[in-house]
Formats: sequence, C-alpha cells, structure tokens
Amino acid sequence: MKRSAFPFMPEEASSVSGHVDALFIFLVVLTIIIAVGIFGMEIYYFIKYRRRAVDEVPTTIRTSLRLEVAWTLIPFVITMIIFVWGARLYFEIYHSPTEAMDIYVTAKQWMWRFQHPGGQREINELHVPLDRKVKLIMASEDVIHSFFVPAFRIKYDVVPGQGRYTLGWFQAVKPGRYHLFCAEYCGTNHSLMGGWIVVLNRTDFQAWLSGGGSEGSLSSKGEKLFQQLACNTCHRSDAQGRGPVLQGLYGSSVVLDNGETVLADESYIHESILNPQAKVVAGFQRPSIMPTFRGLIDEEQLLQLVAYIKSIGSGQGAVEVTTSGTAP
Amino acid sequence: MNPTNTAVYPKRHYLNVNYGIKSWLLTTDHKRIALLYLLSITFFFFVGGFFATLIRLELLTPKGDLVSSETYNKLFSMHGIIMIFFFLIPSIPAVLGNFLIPLMVGAKDVAFPRLNLTSWYLFNFSNTNVAATVIGIFIAGFSSILTGLNFIVTIHSMRAPGMTWFRLPLFAWGIYATSLIQVLGTPVLAITLLLVAAERLLHIGVFDPTYGGDPVLFQHLFWFYSHPAVYIMVLPSMGVVSELVATFTRHEIYGYKFVAFSSVAIAVLGFLVWGHHMFVSGQSTYASMVFSFLSYAVAIPSAVKVFNWTATLHKGSVSYQTPMLYAFGFVGLFTIGGMTGLFLAALGIDIHVTDTYFVVAHFHYIMVGGAVMGYLGGIHYWWPKISGRLYPEGWARLSALIVFVGFNLTFFPQFLLGYMGMPRRYHAYPDEFQVLNVMSTAGASILAIGYVLPMVYLIWSMRYGPIAEWNPWPATGLEWQTSSPPPPENFEVTPVVTRKPYEFPSIDEVRYGGQLRTQEPAV
Repeated sequence: MKRSAFPFMPEEASSVSGHVDALFIFLVVLTIIIAVGIFGMEIYYFIKYRRRAVDEVPTTIRTSLRLEVAWTLIPFVITMIIFVWGARLYFEIYHSPTEAMDIYVTAKQWMWRFQHPGGQREINELHVPLDRKVKLIMASEDVIHSFFVPAFRIKYDVVPGQGRYTLGWFQAVKPGRYHLFCAEYCGTNHSLMGGWIVVLNRTDFQAWLSGGGSEGSLSSKGEKLFQQLACNTCHRSDAQGRGPVLQGLYGSSVVLDNGETVLADESYIHESILNPQAKVVAGFQRPSIMPTFRGLIDEEQLLQLVAYIKSIGSGQGAVEVTTSGTAP
Repeated sequence: MNPTNTAVYPKRHYLNVNYGIKSWLLTTDHKRIALLYLLSITFFFFVGGFFATLIRLELLTPKGDLVSSETYNKLFSMHGIIMIFFFLIPSIPAVLGNFLIPLMVGAKDVAFPRLNLTSWYLFNFSNTNVAATVIGIFIAGFSSILTGLNFIVTIHSMRAPGMTWFRLPLFAWGIYATSLIQVLGTPVLAITLLLVAAERLLHIGVFDPTYGGDPVLFQHLFWFYSHPAVYIMVLPSMGVVSELVATFTRHEIYGYKFVAFSSVAIAVLGFLVWGHHMFVSGQSTYASMVFSFLSYAVAIPSAVKVFNWTATLHKGSVSYQTPMLYAFGFVGLFTIGGMTGLFLAALGIDIHVTDTYFVVAHFHYIMVGGAVMGYLGGIHYWWPKISGRLYPEGWARLSALIVFVGFNLTFFPQFLLGYMGMPRRYHAYPDEFQVLNVMSTAGASILAIGYVLPMVYLIWSMRYGPIAEWNPWPATGLEWQTSSPPPPENFEVTPVVTRKPYEFPSIDEVRYGGQLRTQEPAV
C-alpha cells in the first residue's frame, strides 16, 4: 500500500480522506499535549515531592472550587470543538450527492459482487472512474457486512432484512488500487472477504467498460425480469392495471393508505417487492393483492428490478439521501 | 519496609479460625468468599491469557496458518468472553470489594452473607457452561447482580458509627457506582440473551432477518449493557487508584467530593452512550449526533478524576512503592485510552476507525491498561491485609515495570494498525501490516512475564514473606485498624469514625491508632 505524507496513514485517495486526516492530526496533537502535560506534571511531582523521611507528613491542601470548575469547563469546551468538527465531517461523508454514478453492491458470505448500470459485473473488484461521484446501493443476502475502504476513509454497514438498502458514496481522487475490507465480523472467512477498488482515469475507465463483455444494461435485465415475473400485468403504464403505475415513481412522493407520505427511493421499492403489505398506496385495497417475491428472487435480481424502475422514473434526478441508513 | 520488623502474626484470624474444605465451601465470611473469587478469576485470567497467546502467535504472520479460521474465530470469542465476564467484571468488585467493603465501612460482614456465597456458586456454575456461552453469561449475570445488590445494601445500612457518606473511602464510592450499573444494566443483558434463546429455539423473529428480525436491534440491546459494562470494569479500578494515591502521598484526595460524584456521574451517563458503537450501522444521523455529544459528556468526569489525582501529588509526600507504580501506570495508560476515546466519539473519525485495531487498542488501554493495572495495584496494596505477609518489594517493582513496558509494546502498535485500516477479528491480513503485528506479539510475550511473576512471588510470600503489621504503609482506612489478617468478625471493637477520609494527623496516630483504641475501647 502506498503511504500518504504521514507515516501510518493510508493513502488519501478520496475527496474526504484529507478532511478526516486533518481532524485526526488535530486529535493526535491534542493527545500529545495533554498526555505529556499530565505525565510531565506527575513525574515532576514524583521527584520534587518524593518522600524524604519515613515519618514525613505533608501539610493538607484545601480543594479550590475555582480550579475544579476550571478543569471541568475547559475540557468540556475542548470536547465540544471536537464534537462539532466530527459531526460536520460525518454529515459531509454521509450526505449522498444528487448527481452520481450508481453501483449496485451485493454482499454475501464471503464475497462482494458489483453491478454497473451498463450491466458489467465484478466480484471482489470494483473499477471506478477518477473524480466522479459514485453512489453505492448495497444489500446483504445473509448477515451484516461492512464496506470499508481505508484509503477512502469510508465504512458502511450493509444490513440484511426487508426494506433496507445501505446507501453510500465516494469520489476517488487518485488513480490506484485500494484495499476493500469487510469490517463487520461475518463468520468463518470474514478476513478473506476483501478485494480491491481500482480507480482509473476517465479514458482507461471507458476502455475497461467497453472491454467487459456486457450482457445488456442493468435496467434492461430488470425489464426482462419485470416481464418474466409478470409484474407488468398489474403495474401497467396506462393506469388501467390493478397496481400503481410505476412510470415516474422513482424519486416521487407516495401517499399511503394511512395518510403518510413516503419518498419512493431504492429502499422503498426494495421493501415493496419483498413485503407488499408494509406500505400500501392510498386508493388500493388492503391487504394488497400483490404476492411477496421473497425467496423467488435474490438480491442481485432485486437490484436489477430497482434499476429498471429507476430508469422509468420521473426524471427528477436521483433521490437525495442524508443518511447511509435505512428506509423507515 | 520497616527495617526493625517487630510485627507478630495474630493468633486468631479469618484464615485459621477453622480448617477443612467444608469450612471454605460453606463459608459466609466475606473475606473467605473474596479468596474463593480470587482463585476462580485467577484461573480464568490465565485461561483467557492462553487464548490471547494463541491469537498473537497466529497474527505473527499475515497468512492464517497456525490455526483454522473456525478455530481463530472461537479463540477471540472465548478470549473476550472469559476476560470480560469471568475475569474483569468480577475482578475488583468480587475480590477486593468483597474483602474490603465491610472492613471499610466498619461492618462485620456484607448485608447478605449467604447471598454472597450464592453469587460465588452461580459464578462457578456459569463457568461450567462456557461451552453453551449464552447460558454461561446469563448465569454469570445473576452473580453480578447479586454482588452489586449486596454492596449497595451494605454501604447504605451497615456503616459504623460516624461513617457518614462523605467519610467513605473513594473505593467504596467507586464500588457503589459500579453496583448501580450491575443492578440496573445486567437485567438488560439477561433479557437480550432470553430473546436470542427464544429466537433460536422457537424461531420467533427478533434479531435474525431470516425470521423477519432486525440484527441492528441486537446491537442496540447488546451495547445498552456492554457499554456500561466497561464502567463496571473501570470504576472500581479508579476507586483503587484513589486509595493508592492518598496513601502513597499521605494527602487527602484533592477534590474528594468531585472524585466521589464523578463516579456516580459516569455510572449514570454511561447508560446513555451505547449508540456510539453504531455510527456506521445505519442508525439515524441525528441519533448518532446525540450519542456523540453524550460520549463527550461522559469523558469529563473521567478527566476530572485524573486532574484531581495529579493535584493530590502536589506538595504531598510521594513514595514509589509498588502499588503507587501501578497507580502511576493506570493514570498514564488510562489517559491514552481516554484520549483515544475522544477520537472514536468524533463521528467523522469513527467512520474510518470503528471495527479496526484502533478500537482494539483503545479498549485494551482502558480495560487492561486501566482496569487490570488498578486490580494489580490493589492486590499488592491490600496483600498484607489479606495474607498477613509482605510481598517482596524488589520483585514487585520489577514486574510492575515489565507490565507497563510489555503492555505498551503490545497495544500501541495496534493504534497504528487501526488507522492504517486493519479490521479487527481478522485471521489473515495483508503483508504491509506484518511489522506492527510482530511488535505487538513481541510485547505480549513481555506482558505475559509481567503477569506470571506476581502470581509466583505472591504465593511465595504467603509462606516466606515478612509478617505484616496492622497498618504497614501506613494508611488511613478502617481496614487498617484491625489485625493483618483480620479476625473473622473483622473488628474486636466496633470502630467509631471521627475523622475525614484520608486525614493524616501523624505517623503514629495513623499507624497505631486502631491498635490503641482496640486495647482501650473507651474512645
């Protein structure tokens, strides 16, 4: 692994790496100052006030309230500076961009599978272009995994279960090969569940994309699946079907039969396919007549369906997501 | 320590009042129960240490070549479970707390002596179930709850005349705060384990997504107990350090009330920070912000303690006997552990370092650098009272030094590994992490020597060590106002407390005051 300017730091290869390192270095310096201060004081006292006679009894020192208040308040102010700095950084890292290239990620024991919008598939290796925001739409097929790229200073737990996609993003700023690790203990071969993120400049990336024998784009695979599963018999584009129209759905606000409004994002679509009863659109009967597709399709196929539904979306652009987190 | 040692071993004391296996296994004497715990947890410390040795040997090389992945995963699970539930959590409370709390408050025993013995049996019964981990921890939890309950009632209701709350030694405050956590937190662990069992046996979906459960809910419940559990391990150790700093400076602890209440503050705030283990789990960003803020709030009382200990040294009469070396080691390592906690509580940093070796290093600085240093310091400090003998000072200082050096060599490289990106629980790792892992393993071998040495010379001293006086250091607590070892009923005459804690009028008054009063009980 190539090193950054400082020893023991992985390369600063993403748009946020430098910002994380800046706070880290601030904290290291602060720790050194405080640790040296406290050790120094103690060693100084140890020497200066060492016991000189066996029966020595020192005079009593009264506690100063002012001193107690000072060393309660000053550390509090310092920690609040760290808190605010850390929280701002967190929002910067976890605030998904609106314009980004989508990458669909499926985690399972013990491999990472990636699908590009153009249909290219990769295992344990992900090629991405330089200087372009990449949005990760991640699902786990079994247990919790965690997508960790030290050079990018990012980590996202990928949590299995209905209605959950983990959304993340990064923007690589240096070409190279960077470690991908699974950071959440996931069973026997946890430590082997790694791989590489390969950052290519734009022309190399285009060459790589066209080189991979693609079997059609992700959304076209999704469209085929949509027909195979006969989704189109109910979800018709002309509003005559028994289910809601999906054209223009993605990115829009959906009013449910309980009056709530939800955003139709990836997680909503995912949940509605696996558990149609969870959120029923206003004006449709409850229980919903739609069967569950749990067990009939796997997470990769689900991602293809999501990609298809997104492709017929409203065209309002991608959904803005402020957390790495989960659908409600 | 006294060149003209004229101390005589008392004729009748808790160790010789009766003999035989039965007199130990059916004892209700808190001092004997403390020794029973000492045996149990020392055994488990070395079992847990054996697993740690295998882990460190495996990590010498990048390839997973010493044991299989399956075995490696079992090793680190067992290392963690044994060290936490069967060593650290019972270490200071069940051994030193049991031995000392009644002595310190001037009582004959704990409030519920038979319950106390029951706790020890539950503890050992749970040991036999380590294989069925869930059952083992479930039962160990009850032992922990009962011990905590016993201390709370003892401290509330059995204090000697004149022993007001603000005359209690800070060790008692530390144990009191710890007991609150044990009583309030451990049931949540029990509930969680019951839910796990219900899910496994009855397939009720709670945590497992295949049954419609939510694995993140398990993390919430797990950390709701397990974060406060860190304070169960470290608060008693802070209590020990307060005693050591007072005795080896002959000073009242600076800011006594602040140190006392900071323990309670840590116990209360400690319940509100569990979410800081889950910043990357997908929990709401606003929840993460609240947990980050509260994590900084809980750091303040710990810092206040460190400042007050340091201030106690000022114009004191500082001696370098072994327990004080451990106290010094505690402050140093705990400061590093605490400061790196500020790194982890910073949301943007935590994303990168959580679930890496940075976390492993951090919590070992707190739990081994902090809790174990305090425990060893306490064992040495009260050894004359427990055994009636003095340990060999030269060997003890040497081993304290070895522990300190070995510890830092073992765990400091892990901070670097963590920031470089090495995830925890990895059986095999990329080549570039090897140098630091070799350093860590080398350090662990030094640390191991530092841990074996005290066991050897303490056992040796039980027979060959010089006989201890009542109050060899001398120190101010009530536990020093009775013979070493104490009689079964602790005090021949119920002590009456007339002074502030740690008040040090003169050497003779502190050293012999208790003896004089016992001989002329009309004080």
